Amino acid sequence: MNTTLFLIQCLNGLQLGVLLFLVAAGLTLVFGVMDFINLAHGVQYMLGAYLAVTFTALTGNLFLALPLALMAALALGLVLEVVVFRHLYDRDHLEQVLATFGIILFLNQGVKIVWGAAPLSVPVPEALQGSIAIAQGVLYPVYRLAIIGSGLAVALALHLVINHTRVGMLIRAGSTNAPMVSALGVDIRRLFMIVFGFGAMLAGFAGIMIAPILSVEPGMGDQILILAFVVIVIGGIGSIRGAFIAAILVGLVDTLGRSFSVDILRSFGMGPANARAVGPAISSMLIYVLMAAVLFFRPSGLFPAKGR
Amino acid sequence: MLRSPRLIPILLFALLAAVPLAGLFIRDGYLLSLFTRVMILAIAAISLDLILGFGALVSFGHAAFIGIGAYAMGILASHGQEGLLAGLVMALAASALFALITGAISLRTKGVYFIMITLAFGQMAFYTAASLRAYGGDDGLTVARRSLVFGSRLLENDRVFYYAVLASLIGVYLLCRMIVGSRFGRVLQGAKQNPQRMQAIGFNPYPYQLAAYVIAGMIGGFAGFLLANQTEFVSPAYMSWQRSGELIVMVIMGGIGSLHGAVIGAAAFLLLEEWLSGFTEHWKVIFGPMLVLIVLFMRGGILGFLARISGAKNG
Repeated sequence: MNTTLFLIQCLNGLQLGVLLFLVAAGLTLVFGVMDFINLAHGVQYMLGAYLAVTFTALTGNLFLALPLALMAALALGLVLEVVVFRHLYDRDHLEQVLATFGIILFLNQGVKIVWGAAPLSVPVPEALQGSIAIAQGVLYPVYRLAIIGSGLAVALALHLVINHTRVGMLIRAGSTNAPMVSALGVDIRRLFMIVFGFGAMLAGFAGIMIAPILSVEPGMGDQILILAFVVIVIGGIGSIRGAFIAAILVGLVDTLGRSFSVDILRSFGMGPANARAVGPAISSMLIYVLMAAVLFFRPSGLFPAKGR
Repeated sequence: MLRSPRLIPILLFALLAAVPLAGLFIRDGYLLSLFTRVMILAIAAISLDLILGFGALVSFGHAAFIGIGAYAMGILASHGQEGLLAGLVMALAASALFALITGAISLRTKGVYFIMITLAFGQMAFYTAASLRAYGGDDGLTVARRSLVFGSRLLENDRVFYYAVLASLIGVYLLCRMIVGSRFGRVLQGAKQNPQRMQAIGFNPYPYQLAAYVIAGMIGGFAGFLLANQTEFVSPAYMSWQRSGELIVMVIMGGIGSLHGAVIGAAAFLLLEEWLSGFTEHWKVIFGPMLVLIVLFMRGGILGFLARISGAKNG
């Protein structure tokens, strides 16, 4: 275990964490404000990545594609809200799980029909290519730093919107007691729609940003969805702050676990062959162990939204 | 007619018993294996319905039990223990142990947190299975032959195996029916409706829910044992979270909280999958929206729908 590798893996963990936060933020808001389990949130991330592929091909540049793809992701999210989701808000969680599971099946397959089953890729924009030295002799890709930076910027903006604007106040009030907010004369359905569209756009943003460094393929949203659920459960449902801290925590634990589990096991006196066999399994499990442990000691997560 | 609660399950089991007869005329081994699979997953779906429909415990990791039962059978067989009894005892014991430990922890949480923590345990089981290098790891494990009944290869005959599975399904159904009707089952349902009130009249729901969770887990493990026997193959894919999702879909699609609804749901799910995939490889594009429509317009699943149309006829 050397320091250079450790530093790089910490940054990789941070990058995964930031990405997870972008997906989890929408999920936790939708969940917290509307009490709605949206399994289809992961496919919105996938759609973002595919939209990035298409618009980058059309415009020739990820920077130009970004606003177009964001608008398209927002539009798709709103269409889904109007056509399906708004009819599900007052149903119980099980029915929401079933219906959104159906949407996952539909969109995963629909993407295969439109874009084909083969993995696609997006070139890293020229301005962000290459690596820079972040410390003596430690090179790190610029694009990954850009992801970390933009993710942190979005987190800050979200923090300001939630805590210092009128819409943010309504969202906070809604996640504490939606019927009361409605009784005070706020059009709660419109608030729901705003939150939903916004969440879809954030997930889409995550998908767009990751498209250049990950292969874009059907089903890519499923894995991140499960991770995002782990994040919001650890953080406490409905809490943006909790989602942020939990996302960074999960990103770091997962990445560092994967790179160092074998070394750590060996330092505990396990033979090399055994460590290599057990290490990957333990590191894949690590975040679930973390989640189970958090829930064992704090059954509503680390930062449960007040009043729930 | 369909309102009579006993008639539907009897009709259902009679239909299942008649499937191999159709095989006599059209000589279709495929039909037999499809319906064997339907019944095995129906057993798993019934066990999920026991905790989901009667205890409101939404387990999103139920496929783990199928995997554990299957691996118990496969691992024993790979060490030369191919007896039916040994495999069965091992499958039940392993799934009971897993259910006891994970249930004791999971049941401390409520609602959505329960859904997510059961998912977490399911994923842990999945990755553990994938790391079992000695037993195939990611690729899974091929089982040489089906379990031996006192040394004989009786179950190798597909028709015999079919009826053995059917008998298991009916047995599991009756067992769950008895559990639901018992005092134990009433406490479970009471805790679903109003935990505070249950506590006020002197019942602590926790041990009852834990017992139900362990029973459901063992039945799930039993289904896994049968699945390993049918396919003669065991793989971590049995425990993926999508599988757990599919089990929930089966229960809700058939009609939650009725036990035989789970059988109908399992049959509907697998038959639709077969039928639609015959038209197009993109069958999920049709199946997905169907699920949405079922939720929006068919409350109570297929059973609820049947009850409504028969209710409409009777005025």
